Amino acid sequence: MKRYSAFAVAREALRFHSGWERAWRNPEPKKKYGVIIIGAGGHGLATAYYLGRNFGIKNVAVIEKGWLGGGNTGRNTTIIRSNYLQDPSAAIYEKARGLYETLSQDLNFNVMFSPRGVMMLAQTQHEIRGYQRTAHANALQGVVTEFILPKRVKELCPIINLDGPRYPVLGALWQPRGGTARHDAVAWGYARACSDMGMDIIQKCEVTAVHQKDGKVSGVETTKGTIECDKLGIVVAGHSGVLADMAGFRLPVESVALQALVSEPIKPCMDVVVMANTVHGYMSQSDKGEMVIGGGADGYNNYTQRGSFHHVEETVRALVETFPMISRLKMLRWWGGIVDMTGDRSPILSKTPLENCFINCGWGTGGFKAIPGSGWGMAELMAKGFSPLTDEFSMWRFKEGKFIDESVAAGVAH
Amino acid sequence: MLIFECPYCGIQADETELSPGGEAHLKRHGPGASDEDFEGYLFMRENPKGVHFERWRHSNGCGKWFHAARCTITLEVFGTYKAQTLEPPKKIKDQIAVKRPGWSWRTFS
Repeated sequence: MKRYSAFAVAREALRFHSGWERAWRNPEPKKKYGVIIIGAGGHGLATAYYLGRNFGIKNVAVIEKGWLGGGNTGRNTTIIRSNYLQDPSAAIYEKARGLYETLSQDLNFNVMFSPRGVMMLAQTQHEIRGYQRTAHANALQGVVTEFILPKRVKELCPIINLDGPRYPVLGALWQPRGGTARHDAVAWGYARACSDMGMDIIQKCEVTAVHQKDGKVSGVETTKGTIECDKLGIVVAGHSGVLADMAGFRLPVESVALQALVSEPIKPCMDVVVMANTVHGYMSQSDKGEMVIGGGADGYNNYTQRGSFHHVEETVRALVETFPMISRLKMLRWWGGIVDMTGDRSPILSKTPLENCFINCGWGTGGFKAIPGSGWGMAELMAKGFSPLTDEFSMWRFKEGKFIDESVAAGVAH
Repeated sequence: MLIFECPYCGIQADETELSPGGEAHLKRHGPGASDEDFEGYLFMRENPKGVHFERWRHSNGCGKWFHAARCTITLEVFGTYKAQTLEPPKKIKDQIAVKRPGWSWRTFS
């Protein structure tokens, strides 16, 4: 792999850009791999990358039904934060946020990590107490956050209306090193690094069955034939239930649509990420100038990657109250993705009833921020059979009642 | 936008009039149940890619719970029926079998 650098740009500029190579190979599948990862989204590619980088396991294939990064990795609102209440969540999300800090250098691919700061508005008395509690928990967990007052909120985000008629801004939980990153670039960067290590990323190849022998996974059936493997990682977000069904077990997961939209591009007006969880909307401004807006998930099972109009209407209606200036903006694009929600709104990174088959799912509405940490932990789990990062996120925690209850902690989905 | 016919008041209600209530026909395991059964009732879900039986409440109407059969791939609604039943009426099952060859009613846990 030729490294990307300022020198490379200059060199290519002088020879009509004839020397750029493909970022990743497009191979046909081999008969057998040591590890197969199903799903070439951010989490799947990150798992493969850290398997190779941290554990030297490079006989890996990443199989993707569509194109890499074409699912939720390319559909989210790119927010990165780690201000969670529960210790296991804070550990894995902060690991991820920390890895994002140097991800561009590690991958030699600019993921445009922008630690512009994330602000979660407190708009009720209940939320003030909740976020103060989270700030204290974060202090103990080593996550840098603070509870700030309305004056400081206005300084950080001048376009905000503090005195909304229904939900005034009473304060905020501020994470200065949270922010955003270019979501496609995260998938592309990991894919390029994986391909460089000799891993095969096989796109347009749908898994149709999981083969097993003596209670152990032995391979997968795909639209490009049978591929054998010693270990299998299922990292497919919305379709986790479908894959689990093929592997012969059930999951405490339901797939629903989550929608987002962007406005027409405008001049820079907002250099932080603002989340308003009481009214359930969040907004940031992309480098192109679009206001990127997301809201809550729809309430019913759905595999269509489109959701209900009235949810978007509710989100925008609430945000207009807090940000009056967006009321005149036109909507440019609007899309949905299928997210996999668990009962406690925390992910599952776990062994499964099928030996040597592992699953990483349940990230629900907030998986993008966790990609590097999730890949790091999942790789350790698959390589060594145990990871301190993922230990609490077992799929059996529901039976044991050991929830990681971010749902109750925040009062909203994460 | 989803539109369901409320089986109680008979009107065509659109989604904004209704509240989704998750998977229907769950067997309600209670005290004395095994851990597996109780976990299954509380957390495990069919989550099918295809025909889904679910509960809805006509919350901005008559306020009653009803059941609906719907496809999670096409969002087609096959029909609605009253909630006081352990499985869908034969008419709806037959209708789904015609539209989705190979589909059959399974015993949900």
